[in-house]
Amino acid sequence: MTADITASSAADLSSALQSGELSSVDVTQAYLDRIAETDATIGAYLHVDAEAALAAAGAVDAARATGEELGPLAGVPLALKDVVVTEGVPTTSGSKILQGWRPPYDATLAARLKAAGTVLLGKTNMDEFAMGSSTENSAYQVTRNPWDTDRIPGGSSGGSSAAVAGGLAPWSIGTDTGGSIRQPAAVTGLVGHKPTYGSVSRYGLIAFSSSLDQAGPMTRTVLDAALLHEAIAGHDPLDSTSIDSPVPVLADAARRGAEGDLSGLKVGVVTELGGEGHADGYDAGVLARFAETVALLESLGAEVRQVSCPAFDLALPAYYLIAPSEASSNLARFDGVRYGVRVGDDGSRDLDEVMALTREQGFGPEVKRRIILGTYALSAGYYDAYYGQAQKVRTLITRDFTTAWDDVDVLVSPTSPTVAWSIGARVDDPIAMYAADLCTLPASLAGVPAISVPCGLSEGLPVGFQVMAPALADDRCYRVAAALEAAQDAARGHTFLAGMENTPS
Amino acid sequence: MSDTLVDYDEVLTRYEPVIGLETHVELGTASKMFCGCSTTFGAEPNTQTCPVCLGLPGSLPAANAAAIESTIRIGLALGCRIATWARFSRKNYFYPDIPKGFQTTQYDEPLCTAGHLDVEVDGETYRVEVERVHLEEDTGKNLHVGGSTGRIHGADHSLIDYNRAGIPLVEIVTRPIPGAGAKAPEVAKAYVTELREILVALGVSEVRMEQGNLRCDVNTSLAPIGSLEWGTRTETKNVNSLRSVERAVRFEMRRQAALLDEGQRIFQETRHFHEDTGSTSPGRSKEEATDYRYFPEPDLVPVAPDEEWVASLLAELPELPAARRTRLSDEWGISPTEMAWLVNAGAVELVSETVAAGASPGDARKWWLGDLARRANDAGTELGELAVTPQQVAELIGLISAGTINDQLARQALDGVLAGEGRPAQVVEARGLAVMGESDELVAAVEAAIEGNPDVADKVRGGKLQAIGALVGAVMKTTRGKADAATVKRMLEERLVGD
Repeated sequence: MTADITASSAADLSSALQSGELSSVDVTQAYLDRIAETDATIGAYLHVDAEAALAAAGAVDAARATGEELGPLAGVPLALKDVVVTEGVPTTSGSKILQGWRPPYDATLAARLKAAGTVLLGKTNMDEFAMGSSTENSAYQVTRNPWDTDRIPGGSSGGSSAAVAGGLAPWSIGTDTGGSIRQPAAVTGLVGHKPTYGSVSRYGLIAFSSSLDQAGPMTRTVLDAALLHEAIAGHDPLDSTSIDSPVPVLADAARRGAEGDLSGLKVGVVTELGGEGHADGYDAGVLARFAETVALLESLGAEVRQVSCPAFDLALPAYYLIAPSEASSNLARFDGVRYGVRVGDDGSRDLDEVMALTREQGFGPEVKRRIILGTYALSAGYYDAYYGQAQKVRTLITRDFTTAWDDVDVLVSPTSPTVAWSIGARVDDPIAMYAADLCTLPASLAGVPAISVPCGLSEGLPVGFQVMAPALADDRCYRVAAALEAAQDAARGHTFLAGMENTPS
Repeated sequence: MSDTLVDYDEVLTRYEPVIGLETHVELGTASKMFCGCSTTFGAEPNTQTCPVCLGLPGSLPAANAAAIESTIRIGLALGCRIATWARFSRKNYFYPDIPKGFQTTQYDEPLCTAGHLDVEVDGETYRVEVERVHLEEDTGKNLHVGGSTGRIHGADHSLIDYNRAGIPLVEIVTRPIPGAGAKAPEVAKAYVTELREILVALGVSEVRMEQGNLRCDVNTSLAPIGSLEWGTRTETKNVNSLRSVERAVRFEMRRQAALLDEGQRIFQETRHFHEDTGSTSPGRSKEEATDYRYFPEPDLVPVAPDEEWVASLLAELPELPAARRTRLSDEWGISPTEMAWLVNAGAVELVSETVAAGASPGDARKWWLGDLARRANDAGTELGELAVTPQQVAELIGLISAGTINDQLARQALDGVLAGEGRPAQVVEARGLAVMGESDELVAAVEAAIEGNPDVADKVRGGKLQAIGALVGAVMKTTRGKADAATVKRMLEERLVGD
């Protein structure tokens, strides 16, 4: 049964828990065993507390035994990206500067998941402060892609992607600033959704770029993603950018989509994202899988047309001004005064020296690179040319989306131009690393929802298909993704992840 | 090193001052600007804090609607234009008392702009243009332990109290105020005084300067008379009393004039005011100041005050001090000049409350502008900070009117009140200050005075009535002022002059 448990969808585990077929302790123990067996290889987790997880699972089982009314997620284990603040549980955001910090509070989404009865398995590895596309920027460890352990699991939510793909968690929460849910989901064969900006509370997510950060689900199935998304969505007065509207109905959209009928749906293929004249840097295999999937959409009844969004070409430079600018300010609080690491406070140095030394030793090179970039872009005399200009590009990108919605219901593209690359291949070339976000950045900058769903293999590695929708129309992402998933599963006779060979052990 | 100073009157023969004021007001909202923490003053350090005002990783601000409303009301009272769309910005700099590494404030899109405040000095009205009124958060408080100066340099270690961090702070910035000439220091003081009265009337802050609810930065510059350009300004920080505002401007004018006379230039710099000496000393130089890298705060949505709501706030403003003074002048039957004295003394509300507690306007004014003003001056404090309430002053006046005490005893009673001995009636009782009636004790004192001063008594008997004063004095001395002088005089006359 253990193998089944760690390969199950969360929805199936939920059913088994509700029917009494499985206990939460059974499920949790199966995952803890799997973590114990394989995480030395995969490196998905920064922190696992088996005792606490089993205690939480036991409490759910006890409550269920007394006949208490429990929600559908009760007893299902879960992994959280280490950027999510968890009360009493170490939270580092992948950085040395927060080593040893045990937060005194829970992020809103962590509190909601706790209240729903989920069991926290642990905190997953990530690029330091979510800056990266390979998880190699973690200050702690390398995380390996379960499909090929010589390759990266994507990033920055690479611990979350590797955990779910490798059977070390049934599902997980990631965060996405420029693609950090979708790209790791794509390269590990998962479903990953970046919700509409403002639809999931950011309270308690350690900020990278406030106007872009958004948390979302990373799962084995589209339905799981919808269920997890519903559990964390909804207005939060603690986050003033949180949208005050009802929790979207997503699981129903996924179930409807799985019926496979997309007739009447108007789909736009974005020329600038891998289309004609824009294919440089895209793997041929990625483009081939993408084209096949677009054809599959047509066969399901969708009307497909090409859509040009010229401002998308400027998304990468705009993003790499806006995100570092906000980060340079967001990371100013890490000064060694109130929490985390303090370096050099031996009585011989003054305040400025201690703060500088703490930041010098506490931050890794990529974080420093972005702080310097952002500080420069916000400086007097440069603000208009850099940050100001980037904000204008952002407006143009939003306008391209708005224009597109006049003609189509969703826009589609590859999620990432390439499959997972080899560990170390891009560490000395930040520009090549940044290019991994090419397709995911426009939706981030415009604040619109976007999902990545598996669409086949290239070189034996997963390829992701991205579906973007208008703000607050997350349900469309789920409907389309579920239709594709159902059709592909039916065609291949098993789920996408079941096709993973050489499962790591 | 002490500064060379030019005699004040001489400064004005060569230079024209321009002043400007930045006033910070801590709002009296129940909770902080961006979180639910209490704002109560004087709590144990770091007990009024939470993840938000400590700037813990992951925490986010949520703006306090009551603080926004208070800011708009201040703007309306100053005749400002209220923005239909305003934003918060981040002011980035490193200091341990700002927990996030930036202060959330307003930069190029403040809530209120383009207002004014008219102030009166010696019968003349000066219009102070208000450039902007914006909302921000206060910083924590550093306590540098060890070292002699209380500054960070030389300290052994520093303690930080974040109770104050995040308290809503309104900043009111004037445009440069030229043309006040010799009256510049008084205009500066009158502006802050009037602003404070407005804040009291609006009920938006406790405006206790000694608790730091109201803090002033005073800009001063001098230019040679006739010059078309203004001089370089200095910014004197944290001038924390009304008197100090005036003294700071006066000192800076005298100091800058001495430098300019010697052909030196004034550096644009921040200076600290010292209450004890009335002087200023240099702080951080603005010319090497950090670049604050302002940008719109992405964690907060823009504020878009609804026009109808703003109109209703305007309609519901309370009677403002200027209008109130006009009305009270009429009610009390005093001239604008007499009212100006009350304003300058910071006594309008005190007198008003004393009258409300039953005293006559004349008596109330007499006590606040006379004996009480002298005591405040001697103590180097504001009138309103004396440890006596208007109600107690009214009670004191009532005791005089009833003949229970006389003015001299009243002053002794006041000593007791200020010393914390209780209400006037309690002090009179406890100290035995009541005027002596025609008691046996007083009769004995009168007769003793006559017997003890036979020469004087004879003079009075002989018709030299003015000599009776010496005898009255003798009686007052024996009774230690508790007798009523008029009564004593009558008793002496009965005994010496006859019919």
